[in-house]
Formats: sequence, structure tokens, C-alpha cells
Amino acid sequence: MLFTPAIIALFAGSLITSGLLVAAAGYGVQILRHWDLESGSELQLKLERQTYLVSTLVAYAFAFELLSLFLFIYTADNLHTFFVGAMCAAGSLNANPWGYPVIIFRMVNFLLAGLWLIVNYTDNKGYDYPLIRMKYALLLVIAPLIVAETVVQAKYFFGLEPEVITSCCGALFSSQGASVAADIIAFRQGPLELVFGVTMVLLLGLGVFVYRTGRGGYFFAAAAFLAFLVSMASFISFISIYIYELPTHHCPFCVLQREYFFIGYPYFLTLLGGAITGLGVGLLHPYRETRSLKGILPGIQQRLILFSLIFFVSFTAMAVLQIIFSNLTM
Amino acid sequence: MSHIVNKQRNILDFALSSLLRRKGRNLALVTVYTLVVFALASVMFFTQALKKEAALVLGATPELIVQKMVAGRHDLIPLSYIDQIKKIRGVAAVTPRLWGYYYDPLIRANYTLLVNDTYPLPEKTIAVGAGIARVRNAHRGSKINFFAYDGKPVVLQVRGILSEESELLSSDLILISAADFRRLFGIPAGYATDLTVQVRNQKEIATVAAKIQQFLPDTRPILRDEIMRTYEAVFDWRAGIVIVVLLGALLAFLIFAWDKAAGLSAEERREIGILKAIGWETADVLQLKFWEGLSVSLTAFLLGIILAYIHIFLAAAPLFATVIKGWSILYPNFRLTPFVSFSQIAVLFFFTVAPYTVATIIPSWRAATIDPDQVMRT
Repeated sequence: MLFTPAIIALFAGSLITSGLLVAAAGYGVQILRHWDLESGSELQLKLERQTYLVSTLVAYAFAFELLSLFLFIYTADNLHTFFVGAMCAAGSLNANPWGYPVIIFRMVNFLLAGLWLIVNYTDNKGYDYPLIRMKYALLLVIAPLIVAETVVQAKYFFGLEPEVITSCCGALFSSQGASVAADIIAFRQGPLELVFGVTMVLLLGLGVFVYRTGRGGYFFAAAAFLAFLVSMASFISFISIYIYELPTHHCPFCVLQREYFFIGYPYFLTLLGGAITGLGVGLLHPYRETRSLKGILPGIQQRLILFSLIFFVSFTAMAVLQIIFSNLTM
Repeated sequence: MSHIVNKQRNILDFALSSLLRRKGRNLALVTVYTLVVFALASVMFFTQALKKEAALVLGATPELIVQKMVAGRHDLIPLSYIDQIKKIRGVAAVTPRLWGYYYDPLIRANYTLLVNDTYPLPEKTIAVGAGIARVRNAHRGSKINFFAYDGKPVVLQVRGILSEESELLSSDLILISAADFRRLFGIPAGYATDLTVQVRNQKEIATVAAKIQQFLPDTRPILRDEIMRTYEAVFDWRAGIVIVVLLGALLAFLIFAWDKAAGLSAEERREIGILKAIGWETADVLQLKFWEGLSVSLTAFLLGIILAYIHIFLAAAPLFATVIKGWSILYPNFRLTPFVSFSQIAVLFFFTVAPYTVATIIPSWRAATIDPDQVMRT
């Protein structure tokens, strides 16, 4: 195992987040079982107070998740020097089979935590806690996932064996691993460019439609999620090469480095933000008819759509500008 | 939007004034908090700077070193090996090196002796590092007495003193002529300490190393990359150990913070009760507590980091140097190149602000859910 300050910090951070979420889920179970708004019993009063605690806990956990997602990638990036053939995070994540699952867990959990906060915000707007059951059911889904993330991350870090000098002979144990950094699956560029363009236009059109009519929230959420996946694939396939100005380099992690002015952060943050807000529209859609939310929900959904569109449009604009002004012409 | 900003500003205003009203108590908290951040940040800045320094230094070392091994120990290498290595395709040059350590009982320290082929020194003369010049009071022209392997004295004249800029590397270094080196240590002609190999194509280094291992099974080829990796791992590992030791202190701090946050005075309870009675909601009080915590955290965090920066980069790390640098006797005097990265700040954040915040969540929530009538009646 490697024993660096960053790994200890990530490990500690994950333990803290898991602890927060497990505690929150514990309160959630109580609330799900005993919640009865009609009752004026002492238990109900206690539960109502606990909802404040739970939302504070999850809000902090969410903030920590965001920070540690990027710290994790950054750390993985720094670790590449320990492994022969690794050039950036792509290589060190490949050092054992647990690396990429950690990234996936972290992204999924980040999306879910963001959705939870949207639901929580909406719930607080209604006077009778209209979303309380859904909110705590969702929490019970997130908590095990966060714990799983902690376990998988621990497996990844404990399984890392740096290739340092051994006393008998150095060279033979340095296996000549091929560079994996550049070989992340590159989709075929032409068709994907088309798909990317169509998806974005579709999303924009659907967004305007849903914004104006208030119908079709599910479709918008589905389109936003699709746009998220397509954008990720597009970034790896044809946007990254214009940033690197190198037609063979598709790495999604190198853009986060200083050499590229940390340009990857705005790209990924807009994508994550767009996905969270877009999915939120769909998640809230079934509650449009709820009495206490009737006057509030459409406004919230409109704002979510607006944010989602702003995020995706900024992503697309950054990508298009990059492609136009890049020194690389394909 | 401006409504939300204004609301938060007002809450922040109130939070700051309520922190100032309890100066003594919060000052104690900030002091302890700052010390914790300072200790952790010092360790991290220091290791990072040393790693940078090591990488810079090692960047100029030979890419491949070949040592002879006898019974698992490093031994003198016959010069006849040079021709065999030269036969390997891709090898540009093979150079023998002569170097070793000399223990000086007078100042109880080890010198590093090296024969420099690029700028050979005349016999009977040496060039010494600034560290040695200091402790031996040597200057140009002064003579230093050595004892050869057979006990006979060897007097060498100091021809020059190595520049102070390179002190991290050359503090304990003595450059010497090949003939004097052999006389001092009794190394027979036809042998060297080790060989350095230059390879034309960087990508072939590992292959060349494997071939050397195959043709000369009693040797150990060492790649520069391996040395760099090992240094990196060693520095990180040491920093990790120190941080784990400091985690005890961190835990104590968290208990302290929890205790401070949980032990609301009657006056504070009444304050919150009044706030709620005049219309503050639970969420508002929670936000108040959030801003209070943030103000304390940011103050302590920034102070701690600035102090650590001064400690490491301006004062040359007097507190941690011995643990992390190594256990040498002739410490070089050097100033580290300042280097602070985002990841270090993020790591520090996870070690300090995150646990502090978590430790204060439940106490703040308890405070925020106080019943106004209950407090005001007491």
C-alpha cells in the first residue's frame, strides 16, 4: 500500500462522508417508519427537528463529495510516477481493477447527492413536507452506495504496490507496461460529432418546450442524461484532441493538469451540473399535482431547466470554441 | 438573487459580531485550530518541497547505473565489464565511477568522496563542499589530513571550495583525483565503484538493463526512474507516518471543538431563544452556526498555512527537518523552493476543516432546535 498524505486524507474524507450518510440514513429510517404529520406527538416533533439535522448532514456530505471527487483524480494523477508505463491518472487507475470503479461510484454518488439536495430544497418549500417519503427513500439508496464507494476506494489504495527498487535487482521487476494513457477507447469521430450535435439541439428544443408548456419533464430528464453520456464520450473522442492538439491523445484526465490550464474542470463541472439539474426536473415531475407544491413546483422546474440548459450550452460553446481556435485541424 | 445574498450577508454580520462578543473563548479555539493546521501543513509543504528538490537533482543523474553484487552486497566492479556492456546495441557510452564515503573521527561525520572525470584535479589536491569547509575551517590552500585504509596519513591540499548554491548536494562532498582516491581506499587499478551507462534511446533503457542482467548475472542495473520512484515513495511514506502521529493531536482537537460547540452557555441559549422568538427559523440559526464555523475555520486555516509557509520556506523547517530529511550529521544549509499546490490545500482541508465541521454539526443542530419559550422561562 502507498502511504501518502493525500491517500490518508481521501480515506479519512470517505470515512467521514460515509459516517454522515449512515447517520442520516439512520434518522431517515425512523422518519419513514413513524412519520405522521397529523400527529402532534412528541415523537413527531422530534422527527420534524431531525429533518433539519439530516439535510445539514447530507449538504456537508455533498460538499465533501464534490471536493474529494477532484482530489481523487488529482491524487491518482500524482501517483502515476510510481507505476511503470503510467503517464497520468488513466495509468494509475489501471494499476489494479478497483481504480475505474471508484471513479464511477464517485460520479454516480455525486449525481445522486445533488438530486437529493434538489428534492430537499423543493420539500422545504411545501408547507406539509410533501416529498418526505421519497426523500428518505432516496437517502436509503445513496447511503449504501457511499459506503460501497469507501470500500472500493480502500481496496484500490490498499492494492497499490509502488514499483520501487528491490534489493536483489532493479530492472527485472520493472515490467515494461505499455502506456495505457492514450488508448482509452476512442469512438469513431465522424458519427459521434453528428450524434453530439443532434443531442444538444434536441435537448435545447425540448428544454424550451418543457419550459414553456410544463409538459414532458421526463423526456427532458432522459435527454439531459443522454446528453451527459454523449458529451462524456464526445469529450474523450473528439473534443480532447483539440485541447491537446494531438490527434492521438484522448485522455480525459490530462486536461485537469496545469499544462492545460486546468481547462478540464469547467468542462466536467458544467457536465455534472447539467446532469444533476436536468435529472432533477424529471425526479420532481410526478409531484406537480401535489396540493402544497402546485404553485411552487413549475417555477422550480423552470429554473432547473434553465440551469441545465445553461450548463450544457456552456459546455458545447467551450467545445466548439476550442475546436475552432485550436491549432489542430482534422 | 440579491435578496438571498443580502440575507446571507446579514447572517454573516451577526455571526461575526457574536463571535467577537465571546472573544476569549473563540481565540482559544482559533489558536488550537491554527496550531493543528500549522503542524500538518508544515509536514506537507516540507515533503513536497523535498520531493521537488530530489526530482530536480535526480534529473541530472545517469539514467542507468550498473553495480556488481557479491553475496548480496555492493562490490567493486572490474573495468573489463565495460567492453561487454558496450557491445550491447543502443549503448552510447559506459563510464566507470569512483566514489565512496570517508568517516572523519574528528568531527564525527561522513564525507562523500568523488572522482570527477570531467574536471580532473591534479594529484594531492581536493575541492571541498561548503559544509566541510565550515566545520574544518578550511579555505583555499589549507591542508586536510586523511588516513588511508592502511592507517598511513595522506595530506591533501584544498584547491577550491564548492559554491554555496549547490550546498544541498555538495555540503559533504570532496572532489579528489583518481590516484589519491585509490591510494586512500586501496582500490586496485582495473576496478571502479560502479559504471554509468548512457543509452541513446530513452525507451530502450529497460531493455538494455535486462540485457546487462542477462550477460553479467552478478551485476545489478539500477534505472534512474526507479531511484526517483523510490525517493518519492520514501518521502511520502515519511510524511504519512508523521501525519498519522499527528492524527492523535487532531483527534484531541476535535474533542475540544465538539466540547466548545456543545457547551452552550445559558446566555447563548437565551440568545438563540430570543432570535427564534423574533422570527428566526431553525434553518436560519443553522446558517448562523454555519457562518460562525466557516469564519473560525477559514481564519485558523489561513493563519496555519501562512505560519507553515514561513516555517518551511523562510525559516528552513527547524521543527521537522530531522525526521523527514534523514539522519545525516553534516546538514546542508539550504532554502527550499516555495511550492504549494491545490492538492496540498485540499488534503489539508480534509484533515482539518472537514472533521471540525462534522464535529460541530450535531451541537449546532441542538442549539438551533432550542424551544424559545423553554429557554426564556429559565
